Amino acid sequence: MASQEKTKVVLLACGSFNPITNMHLRMFELARDHLEDTGRYTVVKGIVSPVGDPYGKKGLVTACGRVTMARLATENSDWITVDDWECQQIEWVPTAKVLWHYHEELISNENINDDVDKGKRRKRRKLEQNENAGQSSCINTNADTPQLKLLCGADVLESFDVPSLWKTDDIEEIVSHYGIVCITRFGCDPEKFINQSDLLYKHRKNIHVVREWVINEISATHVRRSLRRGQSVRYLLPDPVVNYIQENNLYTAESERNNADQVLAPFQR
Amino acid sequence: AGRIPLFLLACGSFNPITHQHMRLFELARDQMHQTGLYRVVGGIVSPVSNGYGKHGLVASKHRLAMARLALQSSDWVTVDDWESQQSDWTETVVTMRYHYRRITAQYQQRTGERKDPPTENSGKPLLKLLCGADFMETFKVSGLWRDDHIEEVVGRFGLVCVSRGTLQTDRTVHESDVLSRHRRNIFLVREWVQNEISATEVRRALRRGYSVKYLLPDSVIDYIKENNLYTQDSEMKNKEIKLRPLNKQTILQD
Repeated sequence: MASQEKTKVVLLACGSFNPITNMHLRMFELARDHLEDTGRYTVVKGIVSPVGDPYGKKGLVTACGRVTMARLATENSDWITVDDWECQQIEWVPTAKVLWHYHEELISNENINDDVDKGKRRKRRKLEQNENAGQSSCINTNADTPQLKLLCGADVLESFDVPSLWKTDDIEEIVSHYGIVCITRFGCDPEKFINQSDLLYKHRKNIHVVREWVINEISATHVRRSLRRGQSVRYLLPDPVVNYIQENNLYTAESERNNADQVLAPFQR
Repeated sequence: AGRIPLFLLACGSFNPITHQHMRLFELARDQMHQTGLYRVVGGIVSPVSNGYGKHGLVASKHRLAMARLALQSSDWVTVDDWESQQSDWTETVVTMRYHYRRITAQYQQRTGERKDPPTENSGKPLLKLLCGADFMETFKVSGLWRDDHIEEVVGRFGLVCVSRGTLQTDRTVHESDVLSRHRRNIFLVREWVQNEISATEVRRALRRGYSVKYLLPDSVIDYIKENNLYTQDSEMKNKEIKLRPLNKQTILQD
């Protein structure tokens, strides 16, 4: 049936998630709708991968807290998960390496499933051959490892231009081996940006630009600012996350000074 | 000390209620507290009645149910069905008068029962209309508002108007004599987060089978799915009908 022709996709979102907001979560939903709309993809999983503390971004609270908040936020999702592999690493991990890690993980999972299923499949195929004499076996025995794609906002795409923030090799690897699903953002013009970069233009088929019609610019910076000022952030983030932040008094003037003197890890290379 | 207790009333279609609607209350409360003059003690969501005749409006019983689900977790905002229960569409000022009478009666009952002297929060409560910037723009629409009603809503009660970061609301007040005259009773709240979760967009997404998760509470989304609420058909509702306020002749009730 048609589902065999569709490519399976896993969406990976890297970022501070400091804290995670409804906008981050929306990105996943938009990306899934967009890809599945093309008729060529089935999105099987979403992964939130918070950056590790060694990233050294100003105002970053501990990975532990950020992972917990992300987990609370995705409690009610049946396809978006949180993975703390990146946080567990001792040093900051460039995005291309994070993608590579999850890609390897997907391949090894497929291999495990293949072994387990081989026995079952043999039996099923026999049964079906008996039942549907004219039809071919409908078990897809291809190692159809899901394709891993980077999910991000247009601001991240445009950060490719920031000197020394990204290695050109990494950008090339991301757009050629994996692909990007980029959600538009107020004030950004991803199509124009892609057009103006030879590298991105070359791999433009691998960059899916998703238009967000609902203007939903819930920046985590703004959320932290509101919290410092004792203002409500309810309905900008899921309730369990709001409650967690309040119970742990997470975002304060002090926490905003975290890493104040630090140089961002990518610039230290 | 000596803050005036304040209720915020939001009238609207709530078709459906979204996170943006609920944000209005949170922003307004923070702002009114910051003036040092008020203590916001309650919020009221008052969905418009079916008689309003707006394009795509689903039955009030659904809009009420969704609003209730959305506000389950709120400890200060409630849903009121008085407006939706009226046989005809009710002018905003009439709804305001109703709620003002109600909260005043509650206050009088409480102070009547109380034996000790009133504390700082036991002053007579006020009621103000909570709205978005687009609402203020509607004052300009010919035939939609009666002049004496605008005067009463803004002059007697007051507005708390949440804008979306632009200073359009300042201009709207400036360009209207009535609004300018009562500008001290119009509280403009800046929403710095560009957050335009319009119910129209939500309905559009639902019609097309797209996800609206994280734009409204899960409980509301579930309700919409269970009742198959927003479809091509529902959007056609009232297509030929003129908005009720534009042809209603009102007799001042009171």
